[in-house]
Amino acid sequence: MPHLDELKSAIKERLPELDFVIGWGRGFDPIHATPLFMRTEADVDKLEWGPLNVHNTATYLPSLRGKKVGVVVKGCDSRSVVQLMQENLIDREDLVIFGMPCTGVVDLTKIKNAVGDLGMVRDVQISGDTITVTAGGKEHALALADVLNNKCTVCQYHNAVLSDVFVGEPIEPSVPEDQVYADILEFEEQTPAERMAFWESQMNRCIRCYACRNACPMCVCRDHCVAQSRDPNWLSQRHDVGEKMMFQLIHAMHLAGRCTECGECERACPVDIPLVRLKKKINKEIKELFDYQAGIDPEATPPLLAFKVEEQNIREREW
Amino acid sequence: MNSKYIPADKLTAWLDGLAADNRVLVPVVENGSIVFRPREAGSDTPLELEKQATVPPKNAVFPASEPLLTFSYQKHEDEPEKVDVSVQPTINAQPTVVFGCRPCDARGFTIFDNVYGADIYYESRREKTAFISQVCKETANTCFCHWTGEGPADSRGSDVLAVPVDAGYVLEPVTEKGEGLLTSSLLADASKEQQDAAAQMKKDAREQLGEAVDVSEARGALLALFDNMEFWEDVSAKCISCGACTYLCPTCYCFNITDETCGSQGHRVRSWDNCMSYLFTLEGSGHNPRPTKAHRLKNRVGHKFSYYPGLHDGLIACCGCGRCIKSCPVSVDIREIVQRAIETAAAETKAS
Repeated sequence: MPHLDELKSAIKERLPELDFVIGWGRGFDPIHATPLFMRTEADVDKLEWGPLNVHNTATYLPSLRGKKVGVVVKGCDSRSVVQLMQENLIDREDLVIFGMPCTGVVDLTKIKNAVGDLGMVRDVQISGDTITVTAGGKEHALALADVLNNKCTVCQYHNAVLSDVFVGEPIEPSVPEDQVYADILEFEEQTPAERMAFWESQMNRCIRCYACRNACPMCVCRDHCVAQSRDPNWLSQRHDVGEKMMFQLIHAMHLAGRCTECGECERACPVDIPLVRLKKKINKEIKELFDYQAGIDPEATPPLLAFKVEEQNIREREW
Repeated sequence: MNSKYIPADKLTAWLDGLAADNRVLVPVVENGSIVFRPREAGSDTPLELEKQATVPPKNAVFPASEPLLTFSYQKHEDEPEKVDVSVQPTINAQPTVVFGCRPCDARGFTIFDNVYGADIYYESRREKTAFISQVCKETANTCFCHWTGEGPADSRGSDVLAVPVDAGYVLEPVTEKGEGLLTSSLLADASKEQQDAAAQMKKDAREQLGEAVDVSEARGALLALFDNMEFWEDVSAKCISCGACTYLCPTCYCFNITDETCGSQGHRVRSWDNCMSYLFTLEGSGHNPRPTKAHRLKNRVGHKFSYYPGLHDGLIACCGCGRCIKSCPVSVDIREIVQRAIETAAAETKAS
């Protein structure tokens, strides 16, 4: 990976002033990267950069308040950092942001569906536009474009929107801005009954593990989430589809105007529930109503955290 | 009883036969994930038997959420300050056959048995549930059943072992309950060649896993590290403290009990809980003895590899299925933590 050594040098230079720097290293097998907490120069040498760096490093930041940390970010991760700053959930002066241009990360579910079972992956080679995965005794040469995470195929922010150290040449957006919500427009063509049936069948698999919540950089209530709180008791512990869907709707509504579409909720889901679709739908509404995208401008206030007597695009007096 | 043989193309007919008297849970694919669902007789939904299920069949015996009882309040007409409560237990155990889980999944319930032996809800389901486990043809990167048990053909907890051989399955009865499932006319006695092929397959599966890491020292090592929060903060740094590992674990059995009331009636519900959750040990006073994810992950690893074995003759409360590793959003690896604990405790002992 060009520029990786340059990035490592930059991290080593700043490391003495920091408690640690969060990036990615190799996980337990060749297909899984894992978040890497770099405390020493030897740790920095384990840093990896590439399409397996699926995790959003910003997720850890709110719980590390008070420490001085560095964070290596992809463009989408940097939006979460900015959004956390906007909401005063992290302190800019305690943070050093390192970035490189990101050409996209894989969707491990797509790779699983292509090769059979991720547990059988014995080797992974990435060369140019191809990822070659050896699994179940077979070599699967997959075009990276076919297994990229959906968010990357329409990405507008390949480069960190905010960084202290940026290494490499910036990349242009993947598609024109007006194509970002094409998938949502298509979903909206279904009738409400069809959409409801879709969500019921998906939510039926939910195991209520809350990985979606805990992986979300903007879900900061964590230990005090309404989903588990007994006082107030908003959700029962029953395992029916209604309770599961209610949690996801609460999650999605709490993210309105705050979600940076990093896709961690869906990636973390062990049973492949397409949760990004809910978040994107709401983001599309926010974009149309308020012409606002989360995590772009550190000085901006998210529309649902602000108050205006009259919104420009909500013509309530004309109804 | 001798082993039986069923050709693959008669498998669903046999399961449909079992479905006449049982709820038959089988692994099927839903949006890329493999989950156990009741099989409707004659259904054309394909079974997924090649791969390990994403979600283990824990629900079959220990539902994610079950009503323990229903209750209702009645006010006295004459004395409205007096209220009567009526309570009805709700035990709902159906005869169930789980087909196509892995031997590790079935063995998980042998770990439950030591703690739920006297629980009528658990016991009544456990008695009525049979496991036909399929021996693994290929083991995954995350599999480590040989560290915690015999290996991929371990029969403990299973009633029948189904061993895939050419074009079918050799069905080896393990328990009397298992024998009772093998009476169908669709089954033939397994030939000598088929039995030999099954034995070879079991041997191959075990050999794929290689040598087991000895984790017998983990019990003492984890206790020795109990107060070493630096160690626990280090190994839990990347953990996001969700509950995916516990809910997908065939041996995690912790529960919560809540009264879910609507108006004057309700249910007392027992539902899965997990030690990754803040509420798990939150005390009424507001004090929480496990305030951070480091404390919580320490409990998860310590419980499986130290505290439980300490209470139950050294039995490790992990079946090595690897789902906690495979489905962890951030790839926390319990094998790595246990090994590091053993090494760290040994180094500390040496230094002192």
